[in-house]
Amino acid sequence: MSSGMSSIVADARQDGDQEPGGDAPPARRFDLGGQLLRLWEAVWRPGILLAIVFFFWWLASAQEWMPHYLVPTPGQVWDRMAQDWSSLMYHSYVTLWETVVGFVIASVLGLATAVLIAYSRTMDKALYPIVLFAQVIPKIAIAPLLVVWFGNGLAPKIILAVLIAFFPVVVSGVAGLRSTDPELLELSATMGASRWQTFRKIRFPNALPHLMAGEKVAVTLAVVGAVVGEFVGASEGLGYVLLLANGNLDSAMLFAALILMSLIGILLFVVVEVAEALLIPWHASRRSTTPLTTS
Amino acid sequence: MTGTLTGTAVDVTDLTVRFQSKRSSTTALDDVTMRVDAGEFISIVGPSGCGKSTLLKVVAGLVRPTTGSVSVHGEAVTGPQRNIGFAFQRAALLEWRGVRKNILLQAEMRGMDKARAAARADELIELTGLSGFEKALPHELSGGMQQRVALCRALLHEPPVLLMDEPFGALDALTREQLNAELNRIWRETGTTILLVTHSIAEAVFLGTRVEVMSPRPGRLMRTLEVDLPRERDYAQVMTEPGFGTLTREIRELLGSTSNH
Repeated sequence: MSSGMSSIVADARQDGDQEPGGDAPPARRFDLGGQLLRLWEAVWRPGILLAIVFFFWWLASAQEWMPHYLVPTPGQVWDRMAQDWSSLMYHSYVTLWETVVGFVIASVLGLATAVLIAYSRTMDKALYPIVLFAQVIPKIAIAPLLVVWFGNGLAPKIILAVLIAFFPVVVSGVAGLRSTDPELLELSATMGASRWQTFRKIRFPNALPHLMAGEKVAVTLAVVGAVVGEFVGASEGLGYVLLLANGNLDSAMLFAALILMSLIGILLFVVVEVAEALLIPWHASRRSTTPLTTS
Repeated sequence: MTGTLTGTAVDVTDLTVRFQSKRSSTTALDDVTMRVDAGEFISIVGPSGCGKSTLLKVVAGLVRPTTGSVSVHGEAVTGPQRNIGFAFQRAALLEWRGVRKNILLQAEMRGMDKARAAARADELIELTGLSGFEKALPHELSGGMQQRVALCRALLHEPPVLLMDEPFGALDALTREQLNAELNRIWRETGTTILLVTHSIAEAVFLGTRVEVMSPRPGRLMRTLEVDLPRERDYAQVMTEPGFGTLTREIRELLGSTSNH
């Protein structure tokens, strides 16, 4: 399956490994300067906004409009982070690991479910209500149950991350697989393609833009799932740190944990975003080039 | 491989197609009988919704006949046909593949010999003037170029029969004439039997050795008109032929008389 998957992905990408073909087509080489420029383009606006937020945070805490045990100064949070750096890194790693494992499992299960739903009417009727039911159950409500069932280890956190990240993958996957142009399917039939060939070369690559949109939602939700799991019963992870800090009225630590959680979410989102850029450079949402010809 | 097949390429006998929905049934094609010899170029014209496209899809095995039978080179059509090429109204290209890879999709799906398919693809790219655009993605191409790619893909496996469903319908008049001239040349050079569905009367006469005029729904073959022009055709020249004017007028009258109902 793994070689099958990698060849699917290879097919979905626009293939640049052909023989050189004339002089007219534009070169699509990796362009570091351009990438950095695009990064800067993406970063400066939210950067300014973030600086403003930080400024008011600093102002509010430094002026002691609110007491330090409620709102610490950025400096205090920074000091706390530096002081407990190695321990915070360890707990971040635990949360990151739970999130990533949960997200990967949710992606695989979600895609498999989406394929079943898209290909079989029976499965559509049977599975969709269950998937929806799994989605509408408040995850926080079942977290204690999961801890009772699976103990204090990684399992309940990963399961919560899976449960919460699963739904957007299924919904986007089904939408993507169903959005195949009927003409492409007829074309495939005239070529005598098998169902697997049609899936691999047409339906799956065609579904990727939808699917990746779902993956982006899923990865940010997976962080929530892992942290909620840690709230309910854990001896490690950022959720545990946060709960502990809250109990000790250690607001600097609490803020430090919050910031690290957000960073994990942003980091994973960027990873999925980059994966998307590599997988579907051809899609309208990712185009930067203008048409070669107008005639 | 192409051009060597002779005899009857496509044989449609007493074909009726009815589409059944929950509430109603629609007759798309009614008792159509048509025989196409190898190497012929048949243009099919008719009012919108008369079942022209359905006729092609039945020949391709994409739509099952309700009654009647269809065979391609003596083989009864029972499922999707592999020995045909099909060109759609929209180019139907994979937007993530470059021109060459789009053409080679045909080879991948059929499991053709890679080296041969690649050589053939290059030949077709050359023939249709796509050289230099091998790696360009569909969205970087004009509508005319997209249709050229679709045509190359339909011809890659050297099918004895090529079915074309209004492939030039969305193009501007100039590009359309240009592609018509190219299609005429490809047809002459490959000897492929071609069935073309079109809305354009001029295109039908310019390209066809025979024009089939269909009636409004339920589609029947109303009249068959032989086109008495040399196989090699040039727009500027054909337009001035007296036979061209007579034929287009006759077809227009046939179609006009039916649309008044």
